[in-house]
Amino acid sequence: MHIRPEFLALVLACALVTALPRVLPLVVLSRFALPRWLLDWLSYVPIAVLAALTAIEVLVPGGQALVIRGNVAIPAVAAAFAVAAATRSLLLAVLCGVAAFWLLS
Amino acid sequence: VSAFWGGVRASLPVVLGYLGIGLAAGVVERAAGLSYAEILLLSTVLYAGSAQFVLTSLLALGAPASAIVPTVFLVNLRHLLLSAALAPALRGVPAWKNALLGLQLTDETFVVASGHSASKGLRFGWMAGLNLSAWTAWAAANVAGAALSGLAGETRVLGFALPAMFAALLVLQLRIHRHFRTALAVAALAAAAGVAAQLAVAGPWAVVAATVLGASLGLLLQSCTSGPNS
Repeated sequence: MHIRPEFLALVLACALVTALPRVLPLVVLSRFALPRWLLDWLSYVPIAVLAALTAIEVLVPGGQALVIRGNVAIPAVAAAFAVAAATRSLLLAVLCGVAAFWLLS
Repeated sequence: VSAFWGGVRASLPVVLGYLGIGLAAGVVERAAGLSYAEILLLSTVLYAGSAQFVLTSLLALGAPASAIVPTVFLVNLRHLLLSAALAPALRGVPAWKNALLGLQLTDETFVVASGHSASKGLRFGWMAGLNLSAWTAWAAANVAGAALSGLAGETRVLGFALPAMFAALLVLQLRIHRHFRTALAVAALAAAAGVAAQLAVAGPWAVVAATVLGASLGLLLQSCTSGPNS
């Protein structure tokens, strides 16, 4: 039951940069509209972030080297993709992905 | 009060989802060396699933705060669009109440709220019920997952919940994007660029670089295919 001071500072900083995009548009945007091109650019941000994170987690597991041969994360993440596309259920996709990873490793 | 409980009732699918993902998050956080108090702090104050996974995995890799905070900012920047999309339905609500609602905005509560607003409009009490119920379930599941991680033993398998959730969120984001084929190209480029950048510089900036590159390509492709006026 201990909180390291540097961890507290990190969480508060992360919470601040998270609160800004959550709160500001809701409070302000009834008056000012963002330019169209910026809204379009922003609409691709979550997709690019998630694709990059998924690819790195799966293909560069240690953070250092590319692992293709014998990498069970590749078929397991394919299972998660397929279940998410078929069911639209986040929970079911995560469960099937983890189950596939467990069965294959 | 009845609006509040209506919001709580509407949150049930979100609560069920959060119990599952929150358990996985708690297991991963505990495995990364966070204490119970730190996990409670993280899940109540930051309250953002993918950002918590990102923070935890970067912390485990020994990344400095100067790299973690901008990455969390980029991961959560998508809320800008969700928050903007809810604004018209909450126009009559005082600014300080909208600020409180915005603090607890997530992908999942956004989906429920926008579905409700289409048919019945949004009220502050209803939104507060939805938000507080989802927030409580998330924090409880994180702490429960931390308690289970000692029993689970095989944290490597449960840790795969992270890329599996990223992959599933990616599919769901692709489905709802107006320019599906362009979005698919963005995902492919960002994935390739992310892996290449990671292999070249081995650090969290790989994701930042891949995101800026991918989103800019999306904007470029979109303006080429649909023309400047559409």
